[in-house]
Amino acid sequence: MIIEGRALVIAKDDVDTDVLYPGQFLNVLDPTEMARHLFEGLDPSLRHELDGDTILFGGENFGTGSSRENVPLAMRAAGIRCVVAKSFARIFHRNCINLGLPAIACPEAAAAARTSLPVRVDTERGTIEVDGVTHTARPLPPFMLELLEAGGLVPWISASVRRG
Amino acid sequence: MGHTLAEKILLAHCDADDLAPGDFAMVRCDVVMANDLGGPLAARELAKMADRVFDPARVVLVADHLMPAKDVRSAELQKALKDWAHQQGVTFYDQGRGGIEHTLLVEEGWIVPGSVVVGADSHTCTYGALGAFGTGMGATDVAGCLAIGSFWQIVPGTILVELAGEKQGFVAGKDVILAVIAELGVAGATNMALEFTGDGARALSVDDRLAISNMAVEAGADTGLFPADEVTAAYLDGRTERPWTAERSDPDAEFAHYLRIDVSALGPLVALPHSPGNVAPLGDVAGRTIDQVYIGNCANGTMTDLRQAADVLHGRSVHPRCRAIVVPATQRIYRQALAEGLLDLFVAAGCIVSTPTCGACFGGHSGILAAGERAIATTNRNFRGRMGSPEAEVYLANAWVAAAAAVAGEIVHPAEVVGA
Repeated sequence: MIIEGRALVIAKDDVDTDVLYPGQFLNVLDPTEMARHLFEGLDPSLRHELDGDTILFGGENFGTGSSRENVPLAMRAAGIRCVVAKSFARIFHRNCINLGLPAIACPEAAAAARTSLPVRVDTERGTIEVDGVTHTARPLPPFMLELLEAGGLVPWISASVRRG
Repeated sequence: MGHTLAEKILLAHCDADDLAPGDFAMVRCDVVMANDLGGPLAARELAKMADRVFDPARVVLVADHLMPAKDVRSAELQKALKDWAHQQGVTFYDQGRGGIEHTLLVEEGWIVPGSVVVGADSHTCTYGALGAFGTGMGATDVAGCLAIGSFWQIVPGTILVELAGEKQGFVAGKDVILAVIAELGVAGATNMALEFTGDGARALSVDDRLAISNMAVEAGADTGLFPADEVTAAYLDGRTERPWTAERSDPDAEFAHYLRIDVSALGPLVALPHSPGNVAPLGDVAGRTIDQVYIGNCANGTMTDLRQAADVLHGRSVHPRCRAIVVPATQRIYRQALAEGLLDLFVAAGCIVSTPTCGACFGGHSGILAAGERAIATTNRNFRGRMGSPEAEVYLANAWVAAAAAVAGEIVHPAEVVGA
Protein backbone atom coordinates (compact mmCIF):
# COMPACT_ATOMS: atom_id res chain seq x y z
CA MET A 1 0.00 0.00 0.00
CA ILE A 2 1.41 3.40 -1.02
CA ILE A 3 0.21 6.47 0.90
CA GLU A 4 1.08 10.05 0.06
CA GLY A 5 0.30 13.24 1.92
CA ARG A 6 1.61 16.12 3.98
CA ALA A 7 3.16 15.69 7.42
CA LEU A 8 1.59 16.88 10.63
CA VAL A 9 3.99 16.50 13.55
CA ILE A 10 3.23 16.15 17.25
CA ALA A 11 6.76 16.29 18.64
CA LYS A 12 6.05 14.96 22.12
CA ASP A 13 6.35 11.61 23.85
CA ASP A 14 3.57 9.81 25.72
CA VAL A 15 0.76 11.70 23.99
CA ASP A 16 -2.34 10.08 25.47
CA THR A 17 -5.72 9.45 23.91
CA ASP A 18 -7.38 11.71 26.49
CA VAL A 19 -5.67 14.79 25.08
CA LEU A 20 -6.16 13.53 21.52
CA TYR A 21 -9.90 13.17 22.16
CA PRO A 22 -11.17 14.28 25.61
CA GLY A 23 -13.68 12.25 27.60
CA GLN A 24 -16.45 14.81 27.40
CA PHE A 25 -16.93 13.98 23.69
CA LEU A 26 -17.12 10.20 24.07
CA ASN A 27 -20.88 10.21 23.61
CA VAL A 28 -20.41 11.07 19.93
CA LEU A 29 -21.00 8.22 17.45
CA ASP A 30 -20.52 9.95 14.09
CA PRO A 31 -16.84 9.98 12.94
CA THR A 32 -17.28 13.25 11.03
CA GLU A 33 -18.40 14.90 14.24
CA MET A 34 -15.60 13.17 16.17
CA ALA A 35 -13.10 14.80 13.80
CA ARG A 36 -14.24 18.21 15.05
CA HIS A 37 -12.95 17.31 18.55
CA LEU A 38 -9.64 15.72 17.48
CA PHE A 39 -6.60 17.15 19.34
CA GLU A 40 -8.99 19.16 21.56
CA GLY A 41 -7.04 18.55 24.79
CA LEU A 42 -3.64 18.91 23.15
CA ASP A 43 -3.86 21.85 20.79
CA PRO A 44 -7.10 22.46 18.89
CA SER A 45 -5.21 24.65 16.41
CA LEU A 46 -3.59 21.47 15.03
CA ARG A 47 -6.90 20.84 13.27
CA HIS A 48 -6.16 23.82 11.02
CA GLU A 49 -3.12 21.91 9.71
CA LEU A 50 -5.37 19.11 8.47
CA ASP A 51 -5.81 19.90 4.82
CA GLY A 52 -6.16 16.93 2.51
CA ASP A 53 -4.30 13.65 2.90
CA THR A 54 -2.19 13.81 6.04
CA ILE A 55 0.52 11.60 7.56
CA LEU A 56 0.54 12.15 11.33
CA PHE A 57 3.90 11.86 13.14
CA GLY A 58 4.22 11.24 16.87
CA GLY A 59 6.88 10.55 19.49
CA GLU A 60 7.44 7.61 21.82
CA ASN A 61 4.49 5.66 23.24
CA PHE A 62 2.06 7.52 21.02
CA GLY A 63 -1.61 6.96 21.88
CA THR A 64 -1.05 5.78 25.44
CA GLY A 65 -3.94 5.37 27.85
CA SER A 66 -7.61 4.88 27.15
CA SER A 67 -8.79 2.38 24.52
CA ARG A 68 -11.21 4.93 23.03
CA GLU A 69 -11.47 4.16 19.34
CA ASN A 70 -12.82 7.65 18.82
CA VAL A 71 -9.22 8.74 18.28
CA PRO A 72 -8.40 6.73 15.13
CA LEU A 73 -12.02 7.12 13.94
CA ALA A 74 -11.65 10.90 14.21
CA MET A 75 -8.21 10.75 12.57
CA ARG A 76 -9.54 8.78 9.61
CA ALA A 77 -12.46 11.15 9.22
CA ALA A 78 -10.07 14.12 9.39
CA GLY A 79 -8.03 12.88 6.42
CA ILE A 80 -5.16 11.23 8.30
CA ARG A 81 -4.08 8.33 6.06
CA CYS A 82 -1.20 6.95 8.11
CA VAL A 83 0.33 7.41 11.57
CA VAL A 84 4.10 7.19 12.05
CA ALA A 85 5.59 7.41 15.54
CA LYS A 86 8.80 6.61 17.36
CA SER A 87 6.79 3.92 19.15
CA PHE A 88 3.15 3.16 19.90
CA ALA A 89 1.06 2.23 22.88
CA ARG A 90 -0.41 -1.21 22.26
CA ILE A 91 -4.17 -0.56 22.23
CA PHE A 92 -3.96 2.55 20.05
CA HIS A 93 -1.81 0.63 17.58
CA ARG A 94 -4.31 -2.24 17.45
CA ASN A 95 -7.17 0.18 16.96
CA CYS A 96 -5.46 1.84 14.00
CA ILE A 97 -4.66 -1.47 12.29
CA ASN A 98 -8.17 -2.78 12.97
CA LEU A 99 -9.64 0.29 11.27
CA GLY A 100 -7.35 -0.13 8.27
CA LEU A 101 -5.28 2.91 9.26
CA PRO A 102 -1.58 2.06 8.86
CA ALA A 103 0.43 2.81 12.00
CA ILE A 104 4.17 2.32 11.64
CA ALA A 105 6.92 2.74 14.21
CA CYS A 106 9.91 4.55 12.68
CA PRO A 107 11.97 6.74 15.06
CA GLU A 108 14.15 8.13 12.25
CA ALA A 109 11.22 9.29 10.13
CA ALA A 110 9.45 10.71 13.20
CA ALA A 111 12.57 12.69 14.08
CA ALA A 112 13.01 13.97 10.51
CA ALA A 113 9.42 14.98 9.84
CA ARG A 114 8.31 18.62 9.94
CA THR A 115 4.75 19.78 9.55
CA SER A 116 3.66 20.25 5.91
CA LEU A 117 6.64 18.38 4.38
CA PRO A 118 5.61 15.88 1.67
CA VAL A 119 5.58 12.23 2.78
CA ARG A 120 5.32 8.92 0.94
CA VAL A 121 4.81 5.65 2.82
CA ASP A 122 5.19 2.14 1.44
CA THR A 123 3.58 -0.14 4.03
CA GLU A 124 4.83 -3.44 2.54
CA ARG A 125 8.45 -2.34 2.36
CA GLY A 126 8.24 -0.31 5.55
CA THR A 127 9.76 2.79 3.98
CA ILE A 128 8.81 6.34 4.85
CA GLU A 129 10.02 9.08 2.56
CA VAL A 130 10.05 12.51 4.19
CA ASP A 131 10.78 15.39 1.80
CA GLY A 132 12.62 13.03 -0.54
CA VAL A 133 14.71 11.28 2.13
CA THR A 134 13.87 7.61 2.68
CA HIS A 135 13.75 6.12 6.17
CA THR A 136 13.37 2.41 6.69
CA ALA A 137 11.21 0.99 9.44
CA ARG A 138 10.80 -2.60 10.43
CA PRO A 139 7.87 -3.61 8.22
CA LEU A 140 4.63 -4.46 9.97
CA PRO A 141 4.17 -8.18 10.67
CA PRO A 142 2.46 -10.09 7.81
CA PHE A 143 -0.79 -10.50 9.74
CA MET A 144 -1.15 -6.75 10.25
CA LEU A 145 -0.40 -6.13 6.58
CA GLU A 146 -3.11 -8.66 5.74
CA LEU A 147 -5.59 -6.76 7.92
CA LEU A 148 -4.62 -3.45 6.31
CA GLU A 149 -4.91 -4.98 2.84
CA ALA A 150 -8.41 -6.20 3.71
CA GLY A 151 -9.37 -2.70 4.87
CA GLY A 152 -9.37 -3.58 8.57
CA LEU A 153 -10.60 -6.23 10.98
CA VAL A 154 -14.29 -6.05 10.08
CA PRO A 155 -13.83 -6.70 6.33
CA TRP A 156 -11.15 -9.29 7.17
CA ILE A 157 -13.57 -11.22 9.40
CA SER A 158 -16.41 -10.82 6.88
CA ALA A 159 -14.17 -12.28 4.16
CA SER A 160 -13.02 -15.19 6.33
CA VAL A 161 -16.62 -15.97 7.28
CA ARG A 162 -17.50 -16.00 3.57
CA ARG A 163 -14.53 -18.27 2.88
CA GLY A 164 -15.77 -20.53 5.69
CA MET B 1 11.69 -24.51 27.69
CA GLY B 2 8.88 -23.85 30.15
CA HIS B 3 6.10 -21.33 29.73
CA THR B 4 5.04 -18.26 31.64
CA LEU B 5 1.56 -18.03 33.10
CA ALA B 6 0.51 -15.65 30.30
CA GLU B 7 1.77 -18.07 27.64
CA LYS B 8 -0.01 -21.01 29.30
CA ILE B 9 -3.33 -19.16 29.38
CA LEU B 10 -3.03 -18.11 25.74
CA LEU B 11 -1.93 -21.63 24.67
CA ALA B 12 -5.04 -23.08 26.29
CA HIS B 13 -7.15 -20.64 24.24
CA CYS B 14 -5.74 -21.10 20.76
CA ASP B 15 -4.99 -23.83 18.22
CA ALA B 16 -1.22 -23.44 18.24
CA ASP B 17 0.94 -26.29 19.57
CA ASP B 18 3.39 -23.88 21.11
CA LEU B 19 3.74 -20.14 21.63
CA ALA B 20 6.63 -17.81 22.32
CA PRO B 21 6.74 -14.03 22.79
CA GLY B 22 6.23 -12.23 19.51
CA ASP B 23 4.14 -15.01 17.93
CA PHE B 24 0.75 -14.22 16.44
CA ALA B 25 -2.23 -16.21 17.60
CA MET B 26 -5.99 -16.15 17.28
CA VAL B 27 -7.09 -16.39 20.91
CA ARG B 28 -10.54 -17.50 22.09
CA CYS B 29 -12.34 -15.39 24.72
CA ASP B 30 -14.19 -16.75 27.72
CA VAL B 31 -15.90 -13.43 28.42
CA VAL B 32 -16.38 -10.35 26.24
CA MET B 33 -17.31 -7.10 27.98
CA ALA B 34 -18.34 -3.70 26.70
CA ASN B 35 -19.67 -0.56 28.36
CA ASP B 36 -21.90 2.31 27.29
CA LEU B 37 -19.05 3.99 25.37
CA GLY B 38 -17.49 1.15 23.39
CA GLY B 39 -20.60 -1.04 23.37
CA PRO B 40 -22.68 0.97 20.89
CA LEU B 41 -19.65 1.35 18.59
CA ALA B 42 -18.96 -2.39 18.78
CA ALA B 43 -22.61 -3.23 18.09
CA ARG B 44 -22.49 -1.09 14.96
CA GLU B 45 -19.39 -2.94 13.73
CA LEU B 46 -20.80 -6.36 14.64
CA ALA B 47 -23.82 -5.69 12.42
CA LYS B 48 -21.46 -5.54 9.43
CA MET B 49 -20.21 -9.07 10.20
CA ALA B 50 -22.97 -11.05 11.87
CA ASP B 51 -26.56 -10.83 13.10
CA ARG B 52 -25.88 -12.52 16.41
CA VAL B 53 -23.09 -12.57 18.95
CA PHE B 54 -21.01 -15.77 18.95
CA ASP B 55 -22.31 -16.88 22.36
CA PRO B 56 -24.74 -14.76 24.40
CA ALA B 57 -23.67 -16.50 27.62
CA ARG B 58 -20.15 -15.11 27.25
CA VAL B 59 -21.11 -11.49 26.60
CA VAL B 60 -21.68 -8.92 29.32
CA LEU B 61 -22.58 -5.26 28.92
CA VAL B 62 -22.35 -2.62 31.62
CA ALA B 63 -23.71 0.92 31.56
CA ASP B 64 -21.28 2.77 33.79
CA HIS B 65 -19.41 5.58 32.07
CA LEU B 66 -22.27 7.96 31.35
CA MET B 67 -24.46 6.59 34.14
CA PRO B 68 -26.77 8.15 35.15
CA ALA B 69 -27.21 9.64 31.69
CA LYS B 70 -25.60 13.08 31.68
CA ASP B 71 -27.47 14.34 28.62
CA VAL B 72 -29.82 13.25 25.85
CA ARG B 73 -27.02 11.75 23.75
CA SER B 74 -25.80 9.67 26.64
CA ALA B 75 -29.35 8.53 27.37
CA GLU B 76 -29.70 7.49 23.74
CA LEU B 77 -26.43 5.54 23.84
CA GLN B 78 -27.61 3.70 26.94
CA LYS B 79 -31.01 3.01 25.45
CA ALA B 80 -29.36 1.65 22.32
CA LEU B 81 -27.10 -0.56 24.45
CA LYS B 82 -30.03 -1.86 26.47
CA ASP B 83 -32.17 -2.58 23.41
CA TRP B 84 -29.25 -4.31 21.73
CA ALA B 85 -28.54 -6.39 24.84
CA HIS B 86 -32.14 -7.60 24.94
CA GLN B 87 -32.18 -8.33 21.23
CA GLN B 88 -28.98 -10.38 21.57
CA GLY B 89 -30.01 -12.06 24.82
CA VAL B 90 -26.82 -11.09 26.63
CA THR B 91 -26.35 -10.01 30.25
CA PHE B 92 -26.83 -6.28 30.76
CA TYR B 93 -26.14 -4.46 34.01
CA ASP B 94 -28.36 -1.42 33.87
CA GLN B 95 -28.56 1.55 36.21
CA GLY B 96 -29.11 0.38 39.77
CA ARG B 97 -28.19 -3.22 38.92
CA GLY B 98 -24.45 -3.17 38.65
CA GLY B 99 -21.77 -0.55 38.95
CA ILE B 100 -18.32 0.10 37.54
CA GLU B 101 -17.55 -2.66 35.06
CA HIS B 102 -14.28 -4.14 36.34
CA THR B 103 -15.13 -4.16 40.03
CA LEU B 104 -18.56 -5.51 39.06
CA LEU B 105 -17.44 -8.40 36.83
CA VAL B 106 -15.01 -9.59 39.50
CA GLU B 107 -17.64 -9.28 42.21
CA GLU B 108 -20.28 -11.09 40.14
CA GLY B 109 -18.09 -14.13 39.48
CA TRP B 110 -17.54 -13.60 35.74
CA ILE B 111 -13.79 -13.77 36.19
CA VAL B 112 -11.90 -16.95 37.09
CA PRO B 113 -8.20 -17.82 36.99
CA GLY B 114 -6.87 -19.01 33.66
CA SER B 115 -9.65 -17.40 31.63
CA VAL B 116 -9.29 -14.91 28.79
CA VAL B 117 -11.39 -11.77 29.08
CA VAL B 118 -11.56 -9.02 26.50
CA GLY B 119 -13.12 -5.68 27.28
CA ALA B 120 -13.65 -2.47 25.36
CA ASP B 121 -11.88 -0.56 28.11
CA SER B 122 -8.17 -0.27 28.77
CA HIS B 123 -8.54 -1.22 32.43
CA THR B 124 -9.75 -4.72 31.55
CA CYS B 125 -6.27 -5.72 32.77
CA THR B 126 -7.82 -5.51 36.27
CA TYR B 127 -8.89 -9.18 35.89
CA GLY B 128 -5.26 -10.22 36.14
CA ALA B 129 -5.79 -9.85 39.90
CA LEU B 130 -7.63 -13.19 39.78
CA GLY B 131 -5.12 -14.80 37.43
CA ALA B 132 -7.19 -14.14 34.29
CA PHE B 133 -5.70 -12.79 31.08
CA GLY B 134 -7.89 -9.69 31.01
CA THR B 135 -6.89 -7.26 28.31
CA GLY B 136 -8.29 -3.98 27.09
CA MET B 137 -9.06 -3.25 23.47
CA GLY B 138 -11.00 -0.90 21.25
CA ALA B 139 -14.54 -1.26 19.97
CA THR B 140 -13.60 -2.92 16.66
CA ASP B 141 -11.55 -5.60 18.42
CA VAL B 142 -14.47 -6.24 20.72
CA ALA B 143 -16.83 -6.37 17.74
CA GLY B 144 -14.56 -9.04 16.26
CA CYS B 145 -14.77 -11.01 19.51
CA LEU B 146 -18.55 -10.64 19.53
CA ALA B 147 -18.66 -11.99 15.95
CA ILE B 148 -16.23 -14.92 16.08
CA GLY B 149 -15.32 -15.33 19.74
CA SER B 150 -11.63 -14.71 19.19
CA PHE B 151 -9.08 -11.96 18.62
CA TRP B 152 -5.59 -11.59 17.20
CA GLN B 153 -2.85 -11.33 19.73
CA ILE B 154 0.90 -10.91 19.74
CA VAL B 155 2.11 -13.19 22.53
CA PRO B 156 3.58 -10.90 25.19
CA GLY B 157 6.82 -11.41 27.02
CA THR B 158 6.49 -11.38 30.79
CA ILE B 159 8.05 -9.05 33.33
CA LEU B 160 8.29 -10.85 36.65
CA VAL B 161 7.63 -8.44 39.51
CA GLU B 162 8.66 -9.86 42.86
CA LEU B 163 6.92 -8.15 45.75
CA ALA B 164 8.91 -8.68 48.93
CA GLY B 165 7.70 -8.11 52.47
CA GLU B 166 4.50 -6.73 53.94
CA LYS B 167 3.07 -3.24 53.57
CA GLN B 168 3.50 -0.80 56.41
CA GLY B 169 0.86 1.58 57.76
CA PHE B 170 -1.07 3.75 55.29
CA VAL B 171 0.42 1.86 52.35
CA ALA B 172 -2.01 0.22 49.92
CA GLY B 173 -2.07 -1.62 46.62
CA LYS B 174 -2.05 1.77 44.92
CA ASP B 175 1.41 2.52 46.31
CA VAL B 176 2.75 -0.84 45.16
CA ILE B 177 1.65 -0.30 41.56
CA LEU B 178 2.84 3.32 41.57
CA ALA B 179 6.25 2.02 42.67
CA VAL B 180 6.18 -0.51 39.82
CA ILE B 181 5.23 2.13 37.23
CA ALA B 182 7.94 4.45 38.58
CA GLU B 183 10.48 1.68 37.93
CA LEU B 184 9.20 0.54 34.54
CA GLY B 185 8.04 3.84 33.08
CA VAL B 186 4.71 4.39 31.33
CA ALA B 187 5.81 2.40 28.26
CA GLY B 188 8.17 -0.02 30.01
CA ALA B 189 5.80 -2.95 29.75
CA THR B 190 4.48 -2.39 26.23
CA ASN B 191 3.65 -5.76 24.64
CA MET B 192 4.43 -7.40 27.97
CA ALA B 193 2.43 -9.05 30.70
CA LEU B 194 3.29 -8.30 34.31
CA GLU B 195 3.34 -11.21 36.73
CA PHE B 196 3.37 -10.47 40.46
CA THR B 197 5.00 -13.04 42.72
CA GLY B 198 6.73 -13.30 46.06
CA ASP B 199 5.59 -13.31 49.67
CA GLY B 200 4.49 -9.69 49.32
CA ALA B 201 2.13 -10.63 46.50
CA ARG B 202 0.65 -13.59 48.33
CA ALA B 203 0.03 -11.42 51.40
CA LEU B 204 -2.18 -8.98 49.47
CA SER B 205 -5.97 -9.03 49.63
CA VAL B 206 -8.00 -9.32 46.45
CA ASP B 207 -8.90 -5.61 46.68
CA ASP B 208 -5.22 -4.66 46.82
CA ARG B 209 -4.49 -7.00 43.91
CA LEU B 210 -7.30 -5.37 41.90
CA ALA B 211 -5.80 -1.94 42.54
CA ILE B 212 -2.42 -3.19 41.33
CA SER B 213 -3.54 -5.11 38.23
CA ASN B 214 -5.86 -2.25 37.26
CA MET B 215 -2.89 0.03 36.56
CA ALA B 216 -0.74 -2.52 34.69
CA VAL B 217 -1.83 -0.71 31.52
CA GLU B 218 -0.34 2.51 32.90
CA ALA B 219 3.03 0.82 32.36
CA GLY B 220 1.85 -0.24 28.89
CA ALA B 221 1.20 -3.89 29.80
CA ASP B 222 -1.36 -6.20 28.21
CA THR B 223 -2.36 -7.47 31.64
CA GLY B 224 -1.03 -7.79 35.21
CA LEU B 225 -1.31 -11.32 36.57
CA PHE B 226 -1.44 -12.61 40.12
CA PRO B 227 -1.16 -16.41 39.94
CA ALA B 228 -4.20 -17.88 41.69
CA ASP B 229 -3.56 -18.93 45.30
CA GLU B 230 -5.44 -19.53 48.55
CA VAL B 231 -6.53 -15.88 48.68
CA THR B 232 -8.01 -16.20 45.18
CA ALA B 233 -9.70 -19.48 46.01
CA ALA B 234 -11.24 -18.09 49.18
CA TYR B 235 -12.55 -15.09 47.27
CA LEU B 236 -14.11 -17.22 44.52
CA ASP B 237 -15.65 -19.73 46.90
CA GLY B 238 -19.43 -19.42 46.54
CA ARG B 239 -19.05 -16.56 44.04
CA THR B 240 -18.83 -18.45 40.77
CA GLU B 241 -19.89 -21.68 39.12
CA ARG B 242 -17.23 -21.36 36.43
CA PRO B 243 -14.62 -24.10 36.59
CA TRP B 244 -11.02 -23.03 37.04
CA THR B 245 -7.61 -24.37 37.93
CA ALA B 246 -4.66 -22.56 39.46
CA GLU B 247 -1.91 -22.19 36.86
CA ARG B 248 1.50 -20.69 37.40
CA SER B 249 4.64 -20.07 35.40
CA ASP B 250 6.91 -23.08 34.94
CA PRO B 251 10.10 -23.01 37.01
CA ASP B 252 12.15 -22.86 33.80
CA ALA B 253 9.99 -20.23 32.09
CA GLU B 254 11.91 -17.41 30.48
CA PHE B 255 11.09 -13.90 31.61
CA ALA B 256 11.86 -10.76 29.64
CA HIS B 257 12.76 -8.78 32.69
CA TYR B 258 12.81 -9.08 36.46
CA LEU B 259 11.90 -6.39 38.95
CA ARG B 260 11.94 -6.55 42.74
CA ILE B 261 9.94 -4.17 44.90
CA ASP B 262 10.60 -4.14 48.63
CA VAL B 263 7.02 -3.55 49.77
CA SER B 264 8.01 -3.28 53.43
CA ALA B 265 10.15 -0.23 52.59
CA LEU B 266 7.38 1.64 50.76
CA GLY B 267 5.67 4.69 52.15
CA PRO B 268 2.61 6.32 50.59
CA LEU B 269 3.31 7.53 47.05
CA VAL B 270 1.66 10.09 44.81
CA ALA B 271 1.60 10.37 41.00
CA LEU B 272 1.98 14.03 40.12
CA PRO B 273 0.46 15.75 37.10
CA HIS B 274 0.24 14.80 34.28
CA SER B 275 1.34 11.17 34.21
CA PRO B 276 0.83 8.04 36.32
CA GLY B 277 4.57 7.54 35.90
CA ASN B 278 5.42 10.85 37.55
CA VAL B 279 5.69 9.26 40.99
CA ALA B 280 7.03 10.90 44.15
CA PRO B 281 6.99 10.15 47.88
CA LEU B 282 4.03 11.77 49.60
CA GLY B 283 6.36 13.99 51.65
CA ASP B 284 7.67 15.69 48.51
CA VAL B 285 4.30 17.28 47.80
CA ALA B 286 2.95 17.77 51.33
CA GLY B 287 1.31 21.15 51.77
CA ARG B 288 -0.05 21.50 48.24
CA THR B 289 -3.63 22.75 48.56
CA ILE B 290 -6.45 20.59 47.23
CA ASP B 291 -9.78 21.73 45.78
CA GLN B 292 -11.36 18.33 45.19
CA VAL B 293 -10.94 14.83 46.53
CA TYR B 294 -12.26 11.87 44.54
CA ILE B 295 -12.43 8.45 46.15
CA GLY B 296 -13.69 5.85 43.70
CA ASN B 297 -13.14 4.36 40.20
CA CYS B 298 -12.42 0.86 38.87
CA ALA B 299 -9.05 0.88 40.65
CA ASN B 300 -10.01 2.02 44.11
CA GLY B 301 -13.73 2.13 44.83
CA THR B 302 -13.79 -1.09 46.87
CA MET B 303 -14.83 -1.70 50.48
CA THR B 304 -11.13 -1.66 51.37
CA ASP B 305 -10.84 1.86 49.98
CA LEU B 306 -14.03 3.10 51.59
CA ARG B 307 -12.96 1.70 54.97
CA GLN B 308 -9.59 3.42 54.62
CA ALA B 309 -11.31 6.70 53.80
CA ALA B 310 -13.59 6.20 56.80
CA ASP B 311 -10.57 5.61 59.08
CA VAL B 312 -9.55 9.17 58.32
CA LEU B 313 -12.92 10.93 57.94
CA HIS B 314 -14.53 9.41 61.04
CA GLY B 315 -15.54 12.27 63.32
CA ARG B 316 -13.77 14.82 61.11
CA SER B 317 -14.91 17.29 58.48
CA VAL B 318 -13.93 18.06 54.93
CA HIS B 319 -11.85 21.25 54.90
CA PRO B 320 -13.85 24.34 53.87
CA ARG B 321 -11.71 24.94 50.77
CA CYS B 322 -12.22 21.39 49.56
CA ARG B 323 -14.96 19.31 47.93
CA ALA B 324 -14.98 15.54 48.43
CA ILE B 325 -16.74 12.93 46.30
CA VAL B 326 -17.01 9.29 47.33
CA VAL B 327 -18.02 6.79 44.64
CA PRO B 328 -18.67 3.21 45.78
CA ALA B 329 -17.80 1.12 42.73
CA THR B 330 -20.85 -1.14 42.72
CA GLN B 331 -24.35 -1.42 44.14
CA ARG B 332 -23.17 -4.22 46.44
CA ILE B 333 -20.34 -2.08 47.77
CA TYR B 334 -22.75 0.82 48.16
CA ARG B 335 -25.10 -1.32 50.27
CA GLN B 336 -22.26 -2.80 52.32
CA ALA B 337 -20.90 0.68 53.02
CA LEU B 338 -24.43 1.75 53.96
CA ALA B 339 -24.78 -1.21 56.34
CA GLU B 340 -21.43 -0.39 57.96
CA GLY B 341 -22.45 3.22 58.48
CA LEU B 342 -19.72 4.52 56.20
CA LEU B 343 -21.97 6.49 53.87
CA ASP B 344 -23.49 8.36 56.79
CA LEU B 345 -20.00 9.02 58.12
CA PHE B 346 -18.94 10.45 54.74
CA VAL B 347 -22.01 12.64 54.38
CA ALA B 348 -21.69 13.85 57.97
CA ALA B 349 -18.10 14.83 57.19
CA GLY B 350 -19.24 16.94 54.24
CA CYS B 351 -18.53 14.57 51.36
CA ILE B 352 -21.05 13.80 48.69
CA VAL B 353 -21.68 10.12 48.02
CA SER B 354 -22.28 9.32 44.36
CA THR B 355 -24.00 6.40 42.76
CA PRO B 356 -21.56 3.95 41.12
CA THR B 357 -20.27 5.62 37.95
CA CYS B 358 -17.07 6.29 36.02
CA GLY B 359 -18.26 9.92 35.99
CA ALA B 360 -15.56 12.41 36.77
CA CYS B 361 -12.67 9.92 36.61
CA PHE B 362 -12.59 10.25 32.82
CA GLY B 363 -13.84 13.83 32.74
CA GLY B 364 -17.29 12.71 31.69
CA HIS B 365 -19.56 14.29 34.30
CA SER B 366 -20.40 14.63 38.00
CA GLY B 367 -17.33 16.28 39.42
CA ILE B 368 -15.46 18.08 36.62
CA LEU B 369 -12.55 20.34 37.55
CA ALA B 370 -12.26 24.04 36.70
CA ALA B 371 -9.09 25.66 35.34
CA GLY B 372 -6.57 26.21 38.12
CA GLU B 373 -8.08 23.57 40.40
CA ARG B 374 -6.12 20.74 41.94
CA ALA B 375 -7.58 17.34 42.76
CA ILE B 376 -6.32 14.26 44.51
CA ALA B 377 -7.97 11.05 43.37
CA THR B 378 -7.75 7.31 43.94
CA THR B 379 -8.21 6.86 40.19
CA ASN B 380 -5.71 5.54 37.67
CA ARG B 381 -5.01 8.41 35.26
CA ASN B 382 -3.95 12.00 35.74
CA PHE B 383 -3.34 13.00 32.15
CA ARG B 384 -3.73 16.67 31.30
CA GLY B 385 -7.45 17.45 31.20
CA ARG B 386 -8.40 13.95 32.35
CA MET B 387 -10.93 15.18 34.96
CA GLY B 388 -11.96 18.39 33.24
CA SER B 389 -10.06 21.55 32.38
CA PRO B 390 -6.64 21.12 30.76
CA GLU B 391 -5.52 23.74 33.27
CA ALA B 392 -6.51 21.54 36.24
CA GLU B 393 -4.14 19.17 38.04
CA VAL B 394 -4.82 15.62 39.23
CA TYR B 395 -2.71 13.78 41.81
CA LEU B 396 -3.16 10.02 42.24
CA ALA B 397 -2.92 8.41 45.66
CA ASN B 398 -4.44 5.79 47.93
CA ALA B 399 -7.71 6.33 49.81
CA TRP B 400 -6.08 7.12 53.17
CA VAL B 401 -4.05 9.86 51.54
CA ALA B 402 -7.00 11.20 49.55
CA ALA B 403 -9.22 11.31 52.65
CA ALA B 404 -6.49 13.00 54.67
CA ALA B 405 -6.23 15.69 51.99
CA ALA B 406 -9.98 16.20 52.26
CA VAL B 407 -9.68 16.89 55.98
CA ALA B 408 -6.56 19.07 55.76
CA GLY B 409 -7.45 20.81 52.50
CA GLU B 410 -3.91 20.02 51.39
CA ILE B 411 -1.73 17.01 50.75
CA VAL B 412 -0.66 15.58 54.08
CA HIS B 413 0.45 12.25 55.49
CA PRO B 414 -2.67 10.51 56.88
CA ALA B 415 -0.81 9.78 60.12
CA GLU B 416 -0.79 13.51 60.81
CA VAL B 417 -4.57 13.63 60.51
CA VAL B 418 -5.47 10.54 62.51
CA GLY B 419 -2.64 11.01 64.99
CA ALA B 420 -1.33 7.48 64.53
